[in-house]
Amino acid sequence: MYENPSDQNQSTQMTRSHIGTRFGDPIFQMLTFAFAIMVLLILGGVILTLCEGAWPALRVFGPAFVWTASWNPVTKNFGALVPLIGTMITALIAMLIGVPFSFGLALFLTEICPHGIRQPIAIAIELLAAVPSIIYGIWGLFILAPLFQRTIEPLLISSLGPLPLIGALFQGPPIGIGMLLAGLILGLMVLPFITAVMREVFLSVPQVLRESAYGLGATRWEVTWRVVLPYCRTGVVGGIMLGLGRALGETMAVTFVIGNAHHLSTSLLAPGTTISATLANEFTEADGEIYTASLIGLGLVLFVLTFFVLAIGKRLLLGAQARTTLA
Amino acid sequence: MNRSIVNRRHRIDLFVTILSTVMTGAVLFTLGAILVTLVWNGLPAIKPSLFLESTPPPGSKGGLANAIFGSLVMTLLGILIATPIGIFAGTFLAEYARDSWLAKTVRFINDILLSAPSIIIGLFVYSIVVVGMGHFSGWAGVVALAIIAIPIIVRTTEDMLLLVPDALREAGAALGTPRWMVITRISYRAAFQGLLTGVLLAVARVSGETAPLLFTALNNQFWNANLNAPMANLPVVIFQFAMSPYEDWRQLAWGGALLITMTVLALNIAARYSVNQRARS
Amino acid sequence: MINDTSPAVAKIPVSNQKDGPLPPEKIVIRNLNFYYGSFQALKGINISIHNRRVTAFIGPSGCGKSTLLRSMNRIFEMYPGQRANGEILVDGKNILNQRDITELRAKVGMVFQKPTPFPMSIYENVAFGIRLYEKLSRSDLDARVHWALSQAALWDEVKGKLNQPGTSLSGGQQQRLCVARAIAVKPDILLMDEPASALDPISTAKIEELIDELSQDYCIVIVTHNMQQAARVADFTAFMFMGDLVEYGTSEQIFTNPVHERTNDYVTGRFG
Repeated sequence: MYENPSDQNQSTQMTRSHIGTRFGDPIFQMLTFAFAIMVLLILGGVILTLCEGAWPALRVFGPAFVWTASWNPVTKNFGALVPLIGTMITALIAMLIGVPFSFGLALFLTEICPHGIRQPIAIAIELLAAVPSIIYGIWGLFILAPLFQRTIEPLLISSLGPLPLIGALFQGPPIGIGMLLAGLILGLMVLPFITAVMREVFLSVPQVLRESAYGLGATRWEVTWRVVLPYCRTGVVGGIMLGLGRALGETMAVTFVIGNAHHLSTSLLAPGTTISATLANEFTEADGEIYTASLIGLGLVLFVLTFFVLAIGKRLLLGAQARTTLA
Repeated sequence: MNRSIVNRRHRIDLFVTILSTVMTGAVLFTLGAILVTLVWNGLPAIKPSLFLESTPPPGSKGGLANAIFGSLVMTLLGILIATPIGIFAGTFLAEYARDSWLAKTVRFINDILLSAPSIIIGLFVYSIVVVGMGHFSGWAGVVALAIIAIPIIVRTTEDMLLLVPDALREAGAALGTPRWMVITRISYRAAFQGLLTGVLLAVARVSGETAPLLFTALNNQFWNANLNAPMANLPVVIFQFAMSPYEDWRQLAWGGALLITMTVLALNIAARYSVNQRARS
Repeated sequence: MINDTSPAVAKIPVSNQKDGPLPPEKIVIRNLNFYYGSFQALKGINISIHNRRVTAFIGPSGCGKSTLLRSMNRIFEMYPGQRANGEILVDGKNILNQRDITELRAKVGMVFQKPTPFPMSIYENVAFGIRLYEKLSRSDLDARVHWALSQAALWDEVKGKLNQPGTSLSGGQQQRLCVARAIAVKPDILLMDEPASALDPISTAKIEELIDELSQDYCIVIVTHNMQQAARVADFTAFMFMGDLVEYGTSEQIFTNPVHERTNDYVTGRFG
């Protein structure tokens, strides 16, 4: 009844591991390799299909597509300039709002906040990043836009409007939705991403460097601004670039609040459009090859733009990481 | 020591301290405001009909049943496709390639896909699947969501596997265990909570995605379980209904928005909890 | 000055090796307790430390010597759960309840285990601390930077490259830069937490020479795990064990004729 189990076990294990080593290993490795390559193929596929899809438009309009302002489905004359500028302006507003706030939040979370509530606050801010963009859109449209229309924009128009130069940015009727509101919402959306990166790189600064600055009698602000920030400059810039990449490509929130108007205006209060908003609004309704191709061309322009911004940001972050591991 | 310099420095420090505290307060207030308005506007729409009836034509009563169903099905299938791909690719980076140039390239590209505009993914899938099939379909939506989810799973899988100490792998290998069994039996088991976190985060991200579905799954006003046809889904319905002039539709949009936000936040908190569990053990 | 402290405070019984009379006490610590959360790291420390002398703290790791050093400029307050009670009198004033921490840190400089050049030029590293407390004209600032770098025996090596980043220097030079940065503020006291432990032997010798030089003007407190170093640079040595101050005396006495058995075991290397 009582057999010697160890013997049998050992022999099955031997065969199993023998077969496993002989066939299992190469198969498993190939499998993981193939799926890793698939990640590259996805990106390659995106580039290829965008180029191919945009080709009919690019053939007709040439490189001038990028700097042509016209967008006329009737005359079938298309150019990317208006949505491209809209994309850049809204992203710029987002950065002007998001970067200082992110810095303030990262400073608060690393130097000021009592230790006990640091983690909960950091989590709350990260949850802000988890809220789907469509929610920002709906909230911006129904809550912020009326507030802008009734209070904030009239105030801006009456106070900043008469000023020379920057006055031109605050002209026109207060309608709530427009470039400024879109930029603000975008700023709010990228803020948690930039804050998270800034906090991480601030924390990567060796504690002893902080101690020696505090040891000289420097204040929290001086330690952060003059020692911590210069130390992790590249990482911070990398984080800002990643945030910018997101702001450039964000679609739904912008589509809700930008007003979707295909014209250029110097006023930030005027409705405008971005590349992603144009795509979201017009793609399924586009008729005719050249219209669809032009929209895909817009997508290509957006992709190239975000690709470079993200790639630069990522490179800077990698460089910053390598430096802290070495130190 | 010059007292006035020191005092001035302290005033600046106090000012910055207050400013950054106020900024943090403002951001937390905004998060609170978003959640409160969602509950305020969305709660009245949460009733049985929301889950039982399909999207109505303007001016009549209805629910979001078809959209909820479509979202569930497409998210589930998208994640089912993305999970093995993401986990295997992440395994390649963490277990086999590590610092080779190929690993560095894949990692870099993956990180770019992670932040790439999701509407571009929509365009990509449109060109491949929708044009290929000749019409919008639930399957196209599934593919788009899967492509959004893959980079998230790759990233967390790699990070979590790298947390598994090499000593554990060496101990396994020293027993004569083949490499693939070391990975599947030891590394995966040790990193299980982390891998789960990655999948949960991917579900959370995907379930709120709207832009890539606009050109792929499109929308469908009726109950539909056929993935070969256009399929309703919550985010696109919310988008269309919220932008519409009809009060009933807007009401449903708020309800859907509340539903989606709560789901996404719950998933995020669950993912975080699972990581904390891991850190504790 | 010496007689008016409480009898419990450890004092130097023998006259010092250096020429001239023993300078007055600079730091007097009375019944200092230190806690990391619920763990007590220092248990009722009493000691008086003399001006213009080098005092070394030795002991096995975890004995509390660094903790003691870190209470003298209250740098521990950066961390939650760390607290000290008792008295640390600097020139008769208890710094533990001093309100203006900036003033304290202008008076007490600190050099850390690893060199910590700030991410700026050599010149700016030294000027950083000066600008926190004084508004000097450009030429006065230049002169002060020159003075500090000379004091730290670094001037000759860096005078041609003051605008290069501090990190471009070698490890030993970086550490001397940190010393220069600390003394540029003109503190009375220099705290050094194993200042040579990350350096090569030649750089270590330079730092030790520098400590000897500086001890003519400053009250220097050094923590080291290297007993030879303590014997070489310190006038007085204190041996600590598990949060207690076991023995305190001239370095000569501690290293040649310790009173306590534990001290003897430690300095002779028979520590178990």
